[in-house]
Amino acid sequence: MIRPLVVLFSMLVASGAFAADQGSVQVEPTTLQGPRPLAKQTASAVIRDYLDAWQSLGEAMNQNRADLLNQDFVGVAKEKFAATIDQQSKLGIHAHYQERSHDIKIIFYSPEGLSIQLVDNIEYDVQLLDHEKVVATQPVHTRYVAVLTPTEVRWKVRVLQAEPL
Amino acid sequence: MRSVAGFLASLAIAFPVVPLMAQSGGLNLPKNIEAGSTFSIPTAGSGNAVLYIAGPAEVLKRDVQLGQPVAIAAGDLDNAGHYVVVLSSPSSAETGELDVVPANKPAAISFIAKPSRLPVGLQNGITAAVYVFDSYRNLIITPTPVSFQLSVASAATETRTVTTRQGAAWTAINSATKEGSAKFLAQAGDVSATRIIQQVPGDPCGLKMSARKVGDKIQLETDPLRDCSGNAVTDGTIVTFTESWNGEQTTVDVPLKHGVAEAEVPAYNGARLSVATGVVMGNEIRWEGRE
Repeated sequence: MIRPLVVLFSMLVASGAFAADQGSVQVEPTTLQGPRPLAKQTASAVIRDYLDAWQSLGEAMNQNRADLLNQDFVGVAKEKFAATIDQQSKLGIHAHYQERSHDIKIIFYSPEGLSIQLVDNIEYDVQLLDHEKVVATQPVHTRYVAVLTPTEVRWKVRVLQAEPL
Repeated sequence: MRSVAGFLASLAIAFPVVPLMAQSGGLNLPKNIEAGSTFSIPTAGSGNAVLYIAGPAEVLKRDVQLGQPVAIAAGDLDNAGHYVVVLSSPSSAETGELDVVPANKPAAISFIAKPSRLPVGLQNGITAAVYVFDSYRNLIITPTPVSFQLSVASAATETRTVTTRQGAAWTAINSATKEGSAKFLAQAGDVSATRIIQQVPGDPCGLKMSARKVGDKIQLETDPLRDCSGNAVTDGTIVTFTESWNGEQTTVDVPLKHGVAEAEVPAYNGARLSVATGVVMGNEIRWEGRE
């Protein structure tokens, strides 16, 4: 059962575009800095795990549950997002992130294979709620830089940081 | 069949945000601010309101008096990222966006160098990758020069300077020709990180043995083993002596001790004696009773 799904995902990544829960996802051809070649399977796994991480982040921020970050985040990213969730809980607010589109490009694979960096032109809606009352909804278009590192079974996001477009 | 009013009510439940859609552009916000810096947001009107600054990396909520600027103190907003700003009063909600950018001064380096042990004289044998962060652990995205230095005692320091792209830089560097511990340093601004790389001798160069008769045996002994850069080959390296005589073969494996390997084999006239270590072959001797 898993095999057809993997094949499908590989085909989608190879074609450069597919639709998922994250809205539309476009994967740009890779132009790497660094001497290490990037296997297609590795690229597919990184994109899959990165998109999963956004899902987890959205759920964690919406439910104010830092434990939902554990599967997809490590290090600085996990600590910062957990701190935000803690702040949100204390202030009685939560944020609902609804992704509309990703445009992802892998830009760096470190020589020893222990990190991969990508950039993502992303569009999403942020709905801010204070004690369950909607304060505002804002469409956002920005660019994220992410660094992922391999763990036992998946790539986890170590850095996820927006930068000005 | 539902009434029109009922239908509209169900729409309002499904999309509760629509009536509260912010009035964009009402806030006068700086486009970018540096992480941790102080800034203020002017407000207009009168009465009380609540200011929200929200992003995945940080969230702030302040009660404000409309007509007064809202001061954001140094260190209040120190995580780089994209933030949605909402000024919510009982009558309206104004929204805007701002970016917090990393401070330009490097404060920490994530530095990975591989391998930790390798032979001397290996072309691009050592690779390194760094990510540069500011004091708030934000990845510094702006191009930042990083200096890599590989130094080993009594040998020239090899230096490379690489500019980061999106916060990352990498290099590949030759291992030195001299064995020993090398300090591999990466430096960005005033911060640096050091890794120790153990450089060990390479494969032996010019493996040579001699033979002499001791009683009814032949004693075989290598010359001191050195690699092609002149470094003494590490003690413990296995050297294999082989004696072939009358269709039979005798093999003796011995570890290198004080730079040489020694072994004794039976003395047979006409025996062929050879020596090897790893993939390196040494000389061959035909034993004719004395050498």
